Amino acid sequence: MWMLENAFIIPLIPAISFVLILVFGKKSVGADRVHLIGITALSLVWILSVVAAFQWTQRIENPPEDAIVHLEDKGHGDESHSDDSPGDESHSDDSHEDESHGDDSHSAPAGGGSGGSDGTLAAVEEGKDKGHSLLVTPVISTFSQWWSNGGMDFAVGTHVDGQTVLLLVIVATISLLVHIYSTEYVKGDRRYVHYFGFLSLFTAAMLFFVMAQNIIQLVVGWELVGVCSFALIGHWWEERPNTDAALKAFLTNRVGDVGLLVGMIILWGTFKTFDIDAINSAIAADPGAYHFPLLMTAICLMAAVASKSGQFPLHTWLPDAMAGPTPVSALIHAATMVVAGVYMIARLYPVFYEGFSIGTSSINLMAFIGGFTALMGAGLAFAQWDIKKVLAYSTVSQLGYMVMALGVGAWTAAMFHLFTHAMFKACLFLGAGSVSHAAHHTFDMRKMGGLKKYMPHTYWTFVISTLALAGVFPFAGFWSKDEILLGALKGQENGYPLMLFFGCAVALMTAAYMTRVIWYTFHGEYRGHGHPHESPKVMTVPLWILAGMAVVAGAFNLPGPVLEPFGLEGLAHRIQTYAEPQIYLNTNALHIIHPDPSLGMALVGLALALTGIAVTYLYFWKGLGPHGLTERNRYAKAGYTFLENKYYLDHLYTGVVVGSIKGPIATATNWVNQNMIDKVVNTAGETARDSGRWVYKWIDQGAIDGSVNAVASGADASGEGLRVIQSGKVQNYGQLLFGAAAVLAIVFVIVI
Amino acid sequence: MEATGFDAWVLTLAVFLPLAGALVMMVTPKAYEAEIKMIALLSSLAALAVGVYILINFDYGNAGSLQYVVEKGWIDIIDSKYIMGLDGLSLPLLILSLVVVPLCIIYSWDHIPDPGNPKAFMILLLILATGMNGSFVAQDLILFFVFFEVVLLPLYFLIGVWGGEDRRYASLKFFLYTLFGSALMIISFLALFFLSAESTFDMRVLTSLAGEGIVRSTQVWIFAGLFMGFGIKVPMFPFHTWLPDAHTQAPTVGSVILAAVLLKLGTYGFVRIAIPFLPEAAREWAPWIGLLAVIGIIYGALGCLAQSDMKRLIAFSSVAHMGFVMLGIATLTDFGINAAVFGMIAHGLITGMLFFVAGSVKERYHTLEIGRLGGLLKSAPKMGWILGFASMASLGLPGLAGFWGEFPAILSAYNPGAGMPEETFRTYMVIAAFGTVFAAGYLLWLYQRTAFGEPNPEWEGHDIHDVNTFEWVAWTPFLVGIVLFGVWPNLIFNVTDDVVSNITANVEAIVAGR
Amino acid sequence: MLLNQFLILGAVLFAIGVYGVLARRNGVMVLMSIELMLNAVNINLVAFGVQHGVVSGQVFAVFIIAVAAAEVGVGLAIILLLYRNRTSIDVDDFDLMQG
Repeated sequence: MWMLENAFIIPLIPAISFVLILVFGKKSVGADRVHLIGITALSLVWILSVVAAFQWTQRIENPPEDAIVHLEDKGHGDESHSDDSPGDESHSDDSHEDESHGDDSHSAPAGGGSGGSDGTLAAVEEGKDKGHSLLVTPVISTFSQWWSNGGMDFAVGTHVDGQTVLLLVIVATISLLVHIYSTEYVKGDRRYVHYFGFLSLFTAAMLFFVMAQNIIQLVVGWELVGVCSFALIGHWWEERPNTDAALKAFLTNRVGDVGLLVGMIILWGTFKTFDIDAINSAIAADPGAYHFPLLMTAICLMAAVASKSGQFPLHTWLPDAMAGPTPVSALIHAATMVVAGVYMIARLYPVFYEGFSIGTSSINLMAFIGGFTALMGAGLAFAQWDIKKVLAYSTVSQLGYMVMALGVGAWTAAMFHLFTHAMFKACLFLGAGSVSHAAHHTFDMRKMGGLKKYMPHTYWTFVISTLALAGVFPFAGFWSKDEILLGALKGQENGYPLMLFFGCAVALMTAAYMTRVIWYTFHGEYRGHGHPHESPKVMTVPLWILAGMAVVAGAFNLPGPVLEPFGLEGLAHRIQTYAEPQIYLNTNALHIIHPDPSLGMALVGLALALTGIAVTYLYFWKGLGPHGLTERNRYAKAGYTFLENKYYLDHLYTGVVVGSIKGPIATATNWVNQNMIDKVVNTAGETARDSGRWVYKWIDQGAIDGSVNAVASGADASGEGLRVIQSGKVQNYGQLLFGAAAVLAIVFVIVI
Repeated sequence: MEATGFDAWVLTLAVFLPLAGALVMMVTPKAYEAEIKMIALLSSLAALAVGVYILINFDYGNAGSLQYVVEKGWIDIIDSKYIMGLDGLSLPLLILSLVVVPLCIIYSWDHIPDPGNPKAFMILLLILATGMNGSFVAQDLILFFVFFEVVLLPLYFLIGVWGGEDRRYASLKFFLYTLFGSALMIISFLALFFLSAESTFDMRVLTSLAGEGIVRSTQVWIFAGLFMGFGIKVPMFPFHTWLPDAHTQAPTVGSVILAAVLLKLGTYGFVRIAIPFLPEAAREWAPWIGLLAVIGIIYGALGCLAQSDMKRLIAFSSVAHMGFVMLGIATLTDFGINAAVFGMIAHGLITGMLFFVAGSVKERYHTLEIGRLGGLLKSAPKMGWILGFASMASLGLPGLAGFWGEFPAILSAYNPGAGMPEETFRTYMVIAAFGTVFAAGYLLWLYQRTAFGEPNPEWEGHDIHDVNTFEWVAWTPFLVGIVLFGVWPNLIFNVTDDVVSNITANVEAIVAGR
Repeated sequence: MLLNQFLILGAVLFAIGVYGVLARRNGVMVLMSIELMLNAVNINLVAFGVQHGVVSGQVFAVFIIAVAAAEVGVGLAIILLLYRNRTSIDVDDFDLMQG
């Protein structure tokens, strides 16, 4: 358990690497070899993360005595679930996984109502005997005296549990591969040293974020991640568009951060502690007591998530962020920046669960925003010609999926999807980078095509990842997407029908737009100039590793029935077993329901994905499709200025999948996106500046400063008037003196 | 508890060593320029050494009470004494002031601004140092007032003689505006003397009296006088207009000292004098102070967006930042006031740093017109980095010092002191939180236009050199401080917490008791 | 008693003196006019002294005569210096104090 208690070492290593690279990199190591520092550091991080993950699984399997919390210690829960059908569901869930007593201790008092606390204890004991315990406490180590205020001491520390180690492994893996890949991709860059320095810092910030012990650390990590992405998006800051994109990313995030600050402050005001463990435990013990403040908190934090994780309506920065180097995009989109929002929801899940009443509602803000974003992102992905922008909108869409999963109570499904998505999305981005590397640094799909025969490695890894993203059996995405759809179908106490619809539509669209990307990029005739070539090994090896993960990552959370025929049901739902913080989400008072695996849902999901692929395939490869719809969509095309490839555009906008409905919708969404939402942002900026000018000119310089100056000039003017008397001639003074004396004398005489 | 032996002399030394240096310099002929600079540096470093001695020997377990107290007769006829003392509230500010002055001397070592005359320049800096140091340790109202006013004159000359084109206007405005505030302030001091239950200028006694013997309505009026005196110095909206002018026209080190230390005299006055002396009046005024503070936050930010001059932009950002400080103070909670004190230090370091960079930019480009700059990262990469770093710190990036002044201040507004309108302050909280967005906006906008992009062809052939040795020496402590306090904020919170808790506990007790 | 006559004489002398001080441009004439005013006072002092039968009135008068002598001495010296510097004794020329 040493690694879990000393997890702070993990972010410390890349932080040190950052300093080393910036301070000594150029002189001692040589500017073209600084990546050695970064890669060494990341390798260490990766090893330590895997060790930490392993130790955590050990802790779950064989928890030490002091790590187990007995349910009755956590307060006598209400019986809110006792008569509800979900109780039965959790029971049946249990029956599918004999070994995993995921819900046993809860369902004993809840379902049967007979066991009481004895039953709970027995269940825990029983679970322990079989090597599976439930409520294992996270490993929290603190260093006190970080700061203090009002007589209270606030510690800095690490909070390590399954969720943390999962992210540690994801971040370390992706970051290491991105480091290796970058050595070739940015070779000879004008700021090679800075690039690797900030990659290290970026990784450090994200690692720091995921093991935050208190909400202040969450804020710190959150912002540090943001500033690193600012630096990396604006890596080539000589060009104005890049810096604009960097500024936009940072400022949009700042808008969301207002929500973050206010939300965290409300949490502090409600619980009088910054400690994540304490907050979650307090809610888990008695959720109803805090409903209103938690609702406010959840809404505020949702704004933060929207900005960080690219959710509607604050997602506009994400496609622009493609201005950065491609490996950075991979890192941002797969493992760091944008998953921070999803991670934060998962970390403070009791807050959202109670705040949005996820357990009892059938629609809520988070689920809706997630689902809507997923749909909108997928629609936009059709209208893009820039391969990276397609992937960017795809990320927006998939993040929406995760947020939606969290919104319907499918905690594990969201984290599982985060995990699988990280693998195949990183692979896709790196693949796009490889393509651009080959095709003369363009990302425009119209200048690609036919690359399949030139770069087979890139092609096959890209295809595998696409299949994974589309959710085709047996690739990773299939399993995680299925769980999300399942979560939406069964929900908690109620299902989430609208979310299910969103999810299904997105599944279909995802398969379709990714197939389109493959067509334009790898098939047909090469439309660019020069001779494309396969990327060197240092780039293809990471691609293959990620593609391999895209194939097998689904195995980490296979449902029980799949494994039963092989006698491996003990390996079912590993992520749920290890990562889900049962201690907060599975108490007497707050209880998440895990729906049963459903073969029907899985088949529907698969069918949707295959349909999307098949229809697009027929369309592009075979040239089939209802061409009669062309007339209807001519006005839609008019919005686009790039009509030179008319043939493909016809296909694009008249096709069944992307055609009659999605074309205009995507265009309209794009229009709304560019002209309304983005416009609001721009207008807000301009208005602020104009009003600043106005206030400065009229109020500051005019009224306020004017009145100050008026006092001064008043004194000045009266002095000017009086100076006439000051002739400097003694006789004038004398005249005045005597005149005044005479007047006074007369007055004196008259009065007396 | 009076200090004995050497400890009794410590504060006097820290305050008057710079003045002694100035006296020696006065009798040194002008021709010995190097010696004059050396005397200035050595005397300010000697004061800093005393400061280090204080830092080491300070009893941190007892930070809530005055230490190194010295009490001697001074002006017997009005019972004003020479009382100095130092507690956890004064300590960080005194050290800040002790550190900033030698760095400013180093910075101006080889580039005294036009019209030259290092002798006079350095003498004024040292007199300024004495005034600032004294203000933070004086424990007698008259003594405090003397130091408070001593500060004005050197700065008036620094701006008026070594300033920019519009220097006479700016310096006069600065001088008269702050003097106007001081006049009201001294009236309030006298009122305190005559109306309190005990006729004394001893700040320790007045703190423990906490307004005893003064009727409530009178307290409110006395507080108004103090508010004007300190509020102008802070500066609070709408009394801030002298600041942009003074900053824009002042020579670089003048701006740095103004931002780093002088503005803190105002906020220090609120925490040390206005609130503990008149707790009830403070309660009456707090919502209004909070209102002006949040107006200042938004207003300062809007002002920044409208500026085309780099230095003026930074000056306006001071208005916004000091708004956060005042918001923290206005909550009258230990959380808020601690944050405010932290914010003072952080703002001193960060804005001081920004002004240093602005000064160096001006020295190289001979203009601060933002539109004409650009590509600083390319022509002077290290300076561009430092500007970026300071901007990030200024916009409140967590992990750097600025965050710890802002976040707890906003947080404290969620739960203001007992009996204060909660809804009002929560509204302030949200507005202030939006202020952070604006802060990011104007700073990054500034950074984009000055540092990013290609250098303006206008400067081809100009000598745009990178950070030189003197600048490194002068800036490093600032940069280190920004990181250090950002990573480990307890260094300051721990010191100030006791004093602040005493003050707020006292306020609570008084208000509850009457 | 002849007091009224003396007082009238004093008043007339004083008025003439005032006129001279305020209206004459010549510095020397201004000085002489001041002498007239002083002597007007002297007449009053002596007259009142006789009236009340005390000697102090005459003592004061003698005192004033002495002071007036000194004053004229200094005054003439100033005018002389002014004349040397400015080649003028016209008081209108000396308005350096003008605001």
